Amino acid sequence: MSAVLEIDDVSKRFRSGGLLSARTVEAVKNVSFTLEADRPEVFAIVGQSGSGKSTLANMILGSEMPSAGRIRVHGEDITDARSARQRIDFMRRVQPIFQNPFEAFNPLTRIDSYLFSTARRFRDATGAKAQEALADEALQLVGLTIEEVRGRYSHELSGGQLQRIAVARALIPQPDLIVADEPVSMVDASLRMSIVNLFKDLRDRLGVTIVYITHDLATAYYIADRLIIMKSGEIVEQGPAKAVLDDPQHPYSRALRDAILPPDPRRAHEIIAG
Amino acid sequence: MIESPERPVAASEDVLRVDDLRAYFIVGSYGVSREVRAVDGATLRVRRGEVYGLAGESGSGKTTLVKTLAGAVRPPLQVVGGSVRYEFGGREVDIYDPATDLSRLRWRHLSYIMQGSMSVLNPVRKVRHSFYDFAFPHMDLGRAAFWRAVEDHLRKLQLDPAILDSYPHQLSGGMRQRTTIALATVCHPEFIIADEPTTALDVIVQRDVLKMIKEVQRQQGSSIVFVTHDMSVHATIADRIGIVYAGRLVEEAPAEQLFEDPKHPYTVHLIGSLPRIGDDRPRESLTGRPPNLADPPPGCRFHPRCPLAIDKCKRETPPLEGPHGGSRVACWRAGEARIG
Amino acid sequence: MFKVIRDLLRYNREFLAGFTLTALVLVFAALHFWTPYPGYNLYLLPPDMPPSSEYWFGTTSRGQDVVWQLSEAVWNTMSFGLTVTILSRVIAISVGMVSGYLGGRTDRVLMSINDTFIALPNIPILLLVYFVLREQMTWPLLAVCAALLGWTYDSRLIRSVSLSLRTREFTRHGVFSGMSTWRILWKEHLPYVLPIIFFTAMNNLIWAISLEVTLSVLGFTDINRPTIGGMIYWANQHQAIISGIWWWIAFPILSIVILFLGLFMLAMSVNEYVDPRSRLDRMGGAA
Ligand SMILES: Nc1ncnc2c1ncn2[C@@H]1O[C@H](COP(=O)(O)OP(=O)(O)OP(=O)(O)O)[C@@H](O)[C@H]1O
Ligand SMILES: Nc1ncnc2c1ncn2[C@@H]1O[C@H](COP(=O)(O)OP(=O)(O)O)[C@@H](O)[C@H]1O
Ligand code: SF4
Ligand SMILES: [Mg+2]
Ligand SMILES: [Mg+2]
Repeated sequence: MSAVLEIDDVSKRFRSGGLLSARTVEAVKNVSFTLEADRPEVFAIVGQSGSGKSTLANMILGSEMPSAGRIRVHGEDITDARSARQRIDFMRRVQPIFQNPFEAFNPLTRIDSYLFSTARRFRDATGAKAQEALADEALQLVGLTIEEVRGRYSHELSGGQLQRIAVARALIPQPDLIVADEPVSMVDASLRMSIVNLFKDLRDRLGVTIVYITHDLATAYYIADRLIIMKSGEIVEQGPAKAVLDDPQHPYSRALRDAILPPDPRRAHEIIAG
Repeated sequence: MIESPERPVAASEDVLRVDDLRAYFIVGSYGVSREVRAVDGATLRVRRGEVYGLAGESGSGKTTLVKTLAGAVRPPLQVVGGSVRYEFGGREVDIYDPATDLSRLRWRHLSYIMQGSMSVLNPVRKVRHSFYDFAFPHMDLGRAAFWRAVEDHLRKLQLDPAILDSYPHQLSGGMRQRTTIALATVCHPEFIIADEPTTALDVIVQRDVLKMIKEVQRQQGSSIVFVTHDMSVHATIADRIGIVYAGRLVEEAPAEQLFEDPKHPYTVHLIGSLPRIGDDRPRESLTGRPPNLADPPPGCRFHPRCPLAIDKCKRETPPLEGPHGGSRVACWRAGEARIG
Repeated sequence: MFKVIRDLLRYNREFLAGFTLTALVLVFAALHFWTPYPGYNLYLLPPDMPPSSEYWFGTTSRGQDVVWQLSEAVWNTMSFGLTVTILSRVIAISVGMVSGYLGGRTDRVLMSINDTFIALPNIPILLLVYFVLREQMTWPLLAVCAALLGWTYDSRLIRSVSLSLRTREFTRHGVFSGMSTWRILWKEHLPYVLPIIFFTAMNNLIWAISLEVTLSVLGFTDINRPTIGGMIYWANQHQAIISGIWWWIAFPILSIVILFLGLFMLAMSVNEYVDPRSRLDRMGGAA
């Protein structure tokens, strides 16, 4: 199969409220797109909060089941992967990166145990030596070494380092798809660019496909090859990232673009006044 | 009314004067006491009716600085030196004078919207209760008049008074944040401190929240200290901006000047790395990591990562000096770095 | 944890007071190891002696020294309470954590069992057990029964914490790092649940002790083992109040009052510490 990821008319409904006042929320409605294997890319999903981005990400990661439609990774429907064995195989191919680097590591757990556990489970590395070697190899890819990480806890490292370690960990199983849900929304400008640059690098050097979820259109413009804009669970616009953001067609895309605050006091004041 | 020991002073332009403020986290573990110098020698002024922005990377000490400004100092944080003086109603108030009664200042003169402060709203009770608990004791109004004032205030800020009868979880994130701001400003404080009130909100909601803060400031003429790491937010709302690096103020300038002509190498990097729509030049990232504040590098704290560092930088601490055409800069080679 | 306790001792007066009172009672109870009279010291001493320098709290109509009797009684009552607390904590942790983390059907089944137990009336159930077992009713057995009744509210609380831990990013990160469910529960989540265990333990202890006192005052326990309630039971049997032997009743009651006051203050200050209402304080440092 030539598609890393196929989203085929996927919808997700949540039931909320009590027995009497049950309402259903359609978090994702009829979303379809395909990421080709022979063309690794950064694929951005943008939209306001509540637009269904995370729900979509969770479905790709197999943490939520779609109410309708199919999600295929390398041609295999992920809803079929039910047994523990199949889940491990799935996680070997698809790995997540989370929003808040300070939240992604349990403050009471040593950082390296995430790396070692991943190496043990997904690369069958038995023994501390082999696990360290794999962890080190992955850390090198993000500009760190095992020495900087060994035995440390999350409060001892900066947000940027933690996010890099999270990326390194996700790389250990050698996945071909990484799903990053708002990986830079909690980090500041200088760190933001170093993580975003890292994604670029992974795509170009390792050929990893990255689903990059964000509400920060400026970084999406900077790294994404293609993007989709979501509103209330639906795709309202899609296409090459630069083309879409330079000249958005759908009124909602335009509203979104016009709400972006430029790092320029004169223009920013106009936006807030308007 | 504020009482002694504040003495009357001639109304001046500065509503807040901070001099050589130092606040450390003093943590003892296993008998060894460690100091984390999160605020190390801050000197700054905030003028009446001004929005003063504080920017800096995470862990640089922004929150700690504004906590000390608000007098919200709890162990292990300790103020080890310097002063924080406000001028409220023509009287000077020294926050760290033991005779100052902080609780009399809160809400009516000084309001502090803490980081992650949406959790201030009690999750299990209606919003109305939070307003009652927090603001009622400070308003000198009867109940009916109090609720009229609250509803008026909400309407002025384009919030539907009906939110008073909702539970926090029924409000969206942006709504909750705006409610928190409305709560913090209901007593018309002269001075507002807001820590990351828009972080993690999406662009549209963020714009609304910023509009609202601007509106409060216009209506009430308050001064605001606004903390965020998002430079675009600063561009939108701040009149002047202070850049914090590793516990120190390294540059302070009027907003437009800071964006157009940054002088400190760190600021230059920060401004240069901002992504912009319509511009896909590659951005460099800084090498190295933010310094450990328990053991900061000697001399200029930016020197291990600074492309312009010279020998002097490793030995001597550059003072925050100016004006360099309207800004103050702490760098031996101020103005030499260029964006790009 | 220890740091929390130290800070509480330092900054919280109620905690300090509660801690001191409880510690006082505990020390008093521990003294029974050095008792000059064995546990069933019936008629070794002159009966009905009022408090004096020789018999500090007086003696009972059964010729026992109230001081030493009470010391052992407090010890036994406390150990009963602690046993119940520990056992019920173990059940509450297991049920709450597994239910919250696994969710789905497991959660529904466990929670309906939980709610069934919540609905059971405590005292009637224990009386029923007593009447069924009679002579075989030993205190460990009673402790187990009480523990089976005393875990339900707290396991609901733990479940809700567990539910929220499950959605924390580090849990999902752990899952995608190939950590097993067992390891996530034991190593990643338990440390977050432990403080709740500690805090609810106080309330549970109060509940268990009052349960024991109630039952033994009525004589529905092993009456030959000195407990606080048991002392009052015997005092009533000998109509101590009517015959003016007030010390036989007064000192047990005093000890239970001090103990409850201490535990209550501990529980209160500690609740204040975990209660979200201390947010009042947090907004603006001290509102
Ligand atoms: N477990 C759930 N139960 C009920 N409703 C849900 C659940 N998860 C998400 N939703 C709803 O689905 C919609 C989309 O939510 P989602 O979290 O995917 O949005 P998002 O774009 O990621 O927003 P944010 O930027 O705030 O994270 C929202 O209306 C939300 O309330
Ligand atoms: N409770 C604490 N104990 C010890 N150090 C702390 C504590 N809180 C913050 N710090 C340290 O103080 C520094 C500044 O933190 P903070 O004011 O939170 O920065 P910011 O708001 O810019 O993210 C950091 O080095 C941080 O590690
Ligand atoms: S003082 Fe030296 S090291 Fe510091 S910012 Fe200036 S040039 Fe760089
Ligand atoms: Mg999301
Ligand atoms: Mg902060």
